[in-house]
This record gives sequence, C-alpha cells and structure tokens, in this order.
Amino acid sequence: MSSTRPNQLFRNKSAKIAAIPMIVTALLVFVGGTIWTVVYSFTNSGLLPRLQWVGLDQYERLWTTRKWLVSIENLAIYGLCMLVLVFVIGFILAALIDQKIRFEDTIRTVILYPYALSFVVTGLVWQWMLNPEFGVQKVVRGWGWESFTFDPLYSADIAIYGVLIAGIWQGSGLVMVLMLAGLRGIDQDVWKASRVDGIPTWKAYIFVIIPMMRPVFVTTLVIVVTGIVKIYDLIVAQTGGGPGISTEVPAKYVYDMMFQANNLGQGFAASTMMLVTVALIVIPWAILEFGGSKHRD
Amino acid sequence: MIDITSAPLTGPQGPKPRKSFSRRNIFLYGTLITIALFYALPLYVMFITSLKGMPEIRLGNVFSPPLEVTFQPWVKAWSEACTGLTCNGLSTGFWNSVQITIPSVVLSIIIASVNGYALSNWKFKGADAFFTILIFGAFIPYQVMLYPIVIMLREVGLYGSLGGLVLVHTVFGMPILTLLFRNYFTSLPEELFKAARVDGAGFWAIYAKVMVPMSLPIFTVAVILQVTGIWNDFLFGVVYTSPDNYPMTVSLNNIVNSTQGVKEYNVNMAATILTGLVPLSIYFVSGRLFVRGIAAGAVKG
Amino acid sequence: MQNSVEIKDLDLQFGAVKVLQNLNLEIGKGEFLVLLGSSGCGKSTLLNCIAGLLDVSGGQIHINDRNVTWAEPSDRGIGMVFQSYALYPQMTVEGNLSFGLKNAKLPKPEIAKRVKHASEVLQIEPLLKRKPAALSGGQRQRVAIGRALVRDVDVFLFDEPLSNLDAKLRADLRVEIKRLHHKLQNTMIYVTHDQIEAMTLADRIAIMRGGQIMQLGSPDEIYGRPINKYVADFIGSPSMNFLEGNIQNGTFEVGELSIPLDGYEFGDAGAATEGAATMGIRPEHVVTGELVESTPFQVDVEVNLIEPTGSDTLVDCEVAGQHFRVRMDGQSRVSVGEKLRLGFAPARVSLFDSKTELRL
Repeated sequence: MSSTRPNQLFRNKSAKIAAIPMIVTALLVFVGGTIWTVVYSFTNSGLLPRLQWVGLDQYERLWTTRKWLVSIENLAIYGLCMLVLVFVIGFILAALIDQKIRFEDTIRTVILYPYALSFVVTGLVWQWMLNPEFGVQKVVRGWGWESFTFDPLYSADIAIYGVLIAGIWQGSGLVMVLMLAGLRGIDQDVWKASRVDGIPTWKAYIFVIIPMMRPVFVTTLVIVVTGIVKIYDLIVAQTGGGPGISTEVPAKYVYDMMFQANNLGQGFAASTMMLVTVALIVIPWAILEFGGSKHRD
Repeated sequence: MIDITSAPLTGPQGPKPRKSFSRRNIFLYGTLITIALFYALPLYVMFITSLKGMPEIRLGNVFSPPLEVTFQPWVKAWSEACTGLTCNGLSTGFWNSVQITIPSVVLSIIIASVNGYALSNWKFKGADAFFTILIFGAFIPYQVMLYPIVIMLREVGLYGSLGGLVLVHTVFGMPILTLLFRNYFTSLPEELFKAARVDGAGFWAIYAKVMVPMSLPIFTVAVILQVTGIWNDFLFGVVYTSPDNYPMTVSLNNIVNSTQGVKEYNVNMAATILTGLVPLSIYFVSGRLFVRGIAAGAVKG
Repeated sequence: MQNSVEIKDLDLQFGAVKVLQNLNLEIGKGEFLVLLGSSGCGKSTLLNCIAGLLDVSGGQIHINDRNVTWAEPSDRGIGMVFQSYALYPQMTVEGNLSFGLKNAKLPKPEIAKRVKHASEVLQIEPLLKRKPAALSGGQRQRVAIGRALVRDVDVFLFDEPLSNLDAKLRADLRVEIKRLHHKLQNTMIYVTHDQIEAMTLADRIAIMRGGQIMQLGSPDEIYGRPINKYVADFIGSPSMNFLEGNIQNGTFEVGELSIPLDGYEFGDAGAATEGAATMGIRPEHVVTGELVESTPFQVDVEVNLIEPTGSDTLVDCEVAGQHFRVRMDGQSRVSVGEKLRLGFAPARVSLFDSKTELRL
C-alpha cells in the first residue's frame, strides 16, 4: 500500500475535463439563469434589468392584465383539448396500425411527417388552409353548403381552435409513434390468454392493454404537456396572436413584454409563472417515477 | 413416423374462410386511408398553391390543381421576396440556417457524446447530480432563461451574431443528446471498455478508437434529431440574432406575415415549402431512424 | 376409449415454409400427452393450432367429437397455460380468474363457485386479493393454471409452463402438475423441450422434429425402443453411445470386435438385414465391476477421462476406436489410464440402419 493516496480531485481527470461543458451549462445556464430570472421578477425592471425591489407588484399587475388572462385561458383550452384529442387520435391510430396491416411504413410516414416540420411552416400552411376566401370555407360552400362558415382565424371566439387543428396535425404523429412502441412492448401471450378467455378485442384494449401501458402514457403525457406550455412559434406564424388578442399565449406574452414592450419585469414574472406551471406537473411525475425506486425489486 | 390411413376429410377443414373485404378490414383500412389523406392534404395544398399564378389562385380554391404550372413563385420566394426592409428572398435566410445548423450540430454532438461517454463509463463524484440538473433543465421553459442568456452573450460580444446562436443551440441540445448517448454507451458491453483499459488506453483514446466506431447508428440518430430541431427553431433565432443573421424560419415568417399590400399566396407557399424542404428530406430519407430518434429522445431516465 | 382430441392431416405453412406436415394424432380422454422436441420442431405451433390461436393451412382438429377447425379459441372447450403466465397485470388474482367468466355473462354465484373451487384445488386462496406483481413465480403459474381451471373445460393446454422457473421450483411444480392431473383426470397436452418433464409427467410422449411426429409412445417405449437415431439421441442424459459398424451373419462387426446379436429383438423390417448399421448403447446400460462376468459381451477399455458428479461417475473411453461413455456408481474408484472391463447385453441395445437411421 502506498503511503500517499492520489488526490481525489485529480482522479478521472480527463472525464472531469470532458464533463466541464455539461457542468457549466447545468449550473450557469439552467440553475443560474432560472434563479436570476425569478429574482428579477421581483424588481422594477423596464428596458434594462434594474435591481429595484417591488415585491409582488409585477405579479399583481400580471394577473390583472387582460392580455395575460386571455393567454392563460387560451393555454388552458388549447392544452386540454390538444391533450385529449392527441391522445385519443394517437392511440387509435397506433391500435389500428398494430393490427398487422400492410403498408404500415407508408401510413406511418404520412402521419408522422408533419412532426418533421417547423411550427412556423405548420402555422403558415394552416393559415392558408383556413383562409375563408380560398380555403376550407370556400371549398365547402362550393359543394353547395352556402352558409357554411369556418373562419376560425377571423373570429375571436373560435380562433384558438384553428390553432388547435394545426397543433393536432403536427403532434399526433409523435403520440402515435410512442403509443405504437408501447403496444409492441406488450407480451403477446397476454393477447393469446385474452383470446382463449373469449375477451373481445375492444374490451381487451380497455381493461387489459391500456392499464398495462401506464408508463408509456405517463411519459407521453409529460412530453406533450411540456411541449404545449412552450407553444409560441405556431401562434406567431398562424395568427400573430389575433384576431386582437384572442390567440395570445403565455410564451408570446413573455417575448412581447421583454423585447417589444420594454417591460422586462413583466416578462420575468410571466416566465416565472410558466416555470411554476411546468414544475407543478414535472415534480410530481419525477417523484412518482424516481422517488419510488427504492421500493422496487 | 405415424402412418394412419384415413378416409378423405369432410366438414370444415383447412384455413378458416376469411373474406378479403370483411367488415373489419373495410373499417380498418378505410379509417386509416381517410386519416392519412387528411394528413397529406396540407402538403398537397402547399405544392399546388406554389405552382399556380396569382389570377388562378383568386379564381379557384386551395384544393384545385394548377391549370398552368409555373415556377415563378419559387424563384421569387428564393431571391426577391421581402423580409422586412430587404427584398432578397429566402436565400440569405437559407445560408444563415446552414451556417447555424452545421456548427451547432457538430459541436453539440461532440460535447454530448463525450459527456454521455464520461457518465456511462467513468463515474466520478457529483457526475450524476450534475446530470440530473441537466435533465431537469430540459423541462424548464426556455422563456425563463431567455434574458440571462442575452446578457451572457452581450458580455462575450456574441449577441446578434451567428456564433452566439450556435452557442445557444449547443447548450440547449445537451440534455437530450447527453441522455441519448449515455443510455447508448451504457448498453454497450462493458468488456470492451475494460479490455481497452487493460491494454493501457486512456479516456480520449477509448472514446475515439472504441466507442465512436461502434456508435454509428446513434450518431446518425443524434444528427437527425439535431438538424431537424435546430433548422426548425424560431424562438432562439428571433431573439439572439440580428436581421442580417436571421435563420430561414424567421425570414419565412417575415415574408408571409409582415408584407403590406397584396398577399402573394403562391410565393408564400413556395417559401414555406423551401423552408420545410431540408427537414422533410431528412425525414423521408431516414425513415425508421427518425422514429428511433424521437422514441429515444422521449425515453427519459 | 373415446378420443378427446383428434388431429387429422394437419398442415401449416408460413409462406413457403412448411411448419407442420400431414400430422395425425389421437389423444385419449384423460390422457397426459407431452409434445417433446428441440426449438423449432413445431411443438408450440401445433399446440397453438389446437388452441385455435393459429389458422391451419390444411386438415382438421376435433375436440370431444366436435370439428373445431374453424372455431374461436374460447369456443373449443380448452384452457391454456403460457410460458410467461400471461396474467392480466393490473387485476387481482380474483380478477384474473373471473375476467373471462364475467365476459361470458355467467351468473355471479356461478363465478364465485368456480373461483372458490379453483383456488382450493391450487391452494391460492390467500392470494386472491393480490396482484400478479406481488406473487412469486410458482404462485403466478398456479394462478395461470387456475385461470384455465375456472373455464370448466375438458382439455388443458400447457405451453412450456415451467421454462421460466429455476430448477428447484421447476421440480416442485412438476410434481404439483402431476398431482393435479391425477386429481382432475382432464386431458392435458403439454409442450416442453425438457425430457425429464416429459418422462415424468407423460402417459404418452410425441417426439417432434421438423413439423412431424417422430415417435409416439409411452415413456418406456421411447426410452427402451427408440424408433430412430434422432429419438435415441434425444432421450437420455448423458446421451446414447453410437458405434458405427456392420451387421454380418447375426453379429455386429465394429473394428476388431464381433458383438453377437442373440437376444436382440429385431423389428419386422430389420430381421434379415446385412450391411452398415449403427449400434446404440446407453451409458447406464453398461455394466462394470463384479457383474461384468455375467454379461453376454465384454470388452476391455482404457479410461481416458473421468467426470465425477457425486451420484454418478461418467467415464470417457474408446471402444473399437470410437468414443464411448460409461456411467458408473459414484462410489467407484477409477483413475485415468486404468484398464476397465465393460459388459453389456445385446438385448438392451438399439440397432439402426446407417442410411435411413431407422430402428432395425
């Protein structure tokens, strides 16, 4: 045994050097940046950050600003509808494809390609498709249904649903792919057992298969939700937040406050609220997934 | 071997009669084909709109195919459309995107793969803690870190430049890519690593000579993931660059949404296609690898 | 005796690959039939066809005198136990047992009665409220059997049910399955690659290879009179010794040895054979030590290798220049290089035609 032990700090030297970018990023950007923003949300920053404490002022203003409240409402509507629909559609598609059909690759390619597109592209193409003069409204009217009105992007009450259509078109392919992977991971013997028991296919899905896919559902949920909260590009491209402020969303509110309204304080407060929302979902999930690991075999 | 002479069989035998057009099949394929058409529709509309002249567009609707095919909208979108003050079309944006994407992809993948390798084979104190922070960081909405990064970039003089954006993309690509590589390297047999160490190879040597050659598939997946994500980005592009350096997505949005006067729908659609061309091509070419990429990116922890 | 299951001229093809060919099999009521073979021989496939989980390409399947070739699995009067248990993970044991019955709209008292009966027979009453994840492998397998039991059917199908268990558990459950069969007297069709399971459980064994049944017979028949070289080699551990030689005038000539074949029961076809043949002798049928002198044929060999296993000692040597193994009692003291005298009775060997590999 040697009398001097190598200094702990210099063990695995190369590995530590290699990990420097990760450490710097983690600490500086993620932790540091987040803390900075949250701290400055309690200040009176305008065009430039200013360390002038105003307590919860920014938050009070935030929650009494109509534009913000509309943003939150839109996010809630969009989020809920998107979540439900994208799961239902995605799962049904996956279940259909899992029936050992031919042309699986082709169908999957067609349903998934929107996911490869930028949100800007998605927003613009649907802006065009929903154009009342030339788009869906005109086509349906051309079929004889003269009074058909479908101009979500021009009527404030249902504008958010126009964005919803685009969002579902873009995102359901992802859910389908994840669900399909989950379905394929199911033990085939369980299917056989249910056939021997005489269970009809639809019942097997509801009572046996879906409960077995809980982990996949949870993972997909987290992914979809974190994506929904961040929605920005789609809105900017498809509606620009309009008509009026009817399709405003929190992410856009943050950007507009920070870089156009010269109101950093509001921007910080709004982004902190976004963080809180995400934390409310991610933290319980993380505890559920990883906190219980001590109790597993 | 059993040899039983048997009388010819009567009654049901052989495969169960199945109608090709059974109710089940009609429902199945009918639904899928209908849905697939719905998904393909916008792409179709994009293309035919971009190939029509404006008069034809005003007369028809989005679904009618072009009577006279013209590529003029494409030319205009590429070189003449107005993005705000300048009217150089998408070409500047395209080259900006190229200059942003390539270094970002290369840099983020190198760093993340080395990181993932360090995490999977060379445990050191605190490594897992930092990694957990990184992963949680992936969930944080970008908006929360937007301004601090502006400040940091200003300090190093990179705010508004392409280099600054490259740095941003590298930073934000790290969590998912590191996870991807770490999981992959962990799945490689440990004996290879141990054998190399016994042979005297060090950290970097093992990385370059053992790990990388065995990881071609995962590198491809990482490239697909990054190119698609970075090329399609809008938020970072619009926050961290100045108008000369706008990526294609930002230029596109400007062309379509900030034009005053007559809207040239065909040019808009041509521009949209051009912007989507790169990631779409990658998607159609890579097929299953793309799927593997998003499935891998989705599996956290 | 009325047949419980009859399989007639069964064919199964996947594309161009013939998985089962012209299979015929009759299984009696209450019989325990084992389908034995190595991977890919078609045994699981045959079981799945009987169950109705696979569509056949030709032929018929009858269960209890009913042609079920086109019937759904749940209408065939079968219950099935799978290798991976395939329990419904999110339901309790009670839920697992009753799910199929509830689906069939059986009245509640009837369901309760059957669940109670099954859980008593299999001794899983205390487990009824638990979920599969909280059960051990052996308990899970019993629940899987229970699920088949509640269906109140005549025919039970087992698809390698013990392969996922460790050796000791396998031995314990093997005994339980045998007791179950004894108690219930149901027809049981059991698929396995493990010959011990086959030999201990079966009334009859069907050894399968390449989609066809090589031999169908009781364990004694299969062990003592294997119908061809493949079966002879498959059954028995350590496996049978094979000596290549020639039959001439009622003796087996191999190398310098002439082994007289008096006492060997030739089959109808093989009685007058002359020519190239293979002689198969089981290591455990070779006599050593004091009893050697009383055997009809004896030969001296040199010990090349010793493998002591505690209960036995396996000795490697050479007879007429060909590799030969002998099983001796674990107490025997032999050493490498020693000279050993072996003896065996031609009545106990198996002779096979060198070309066709069929028993002579």
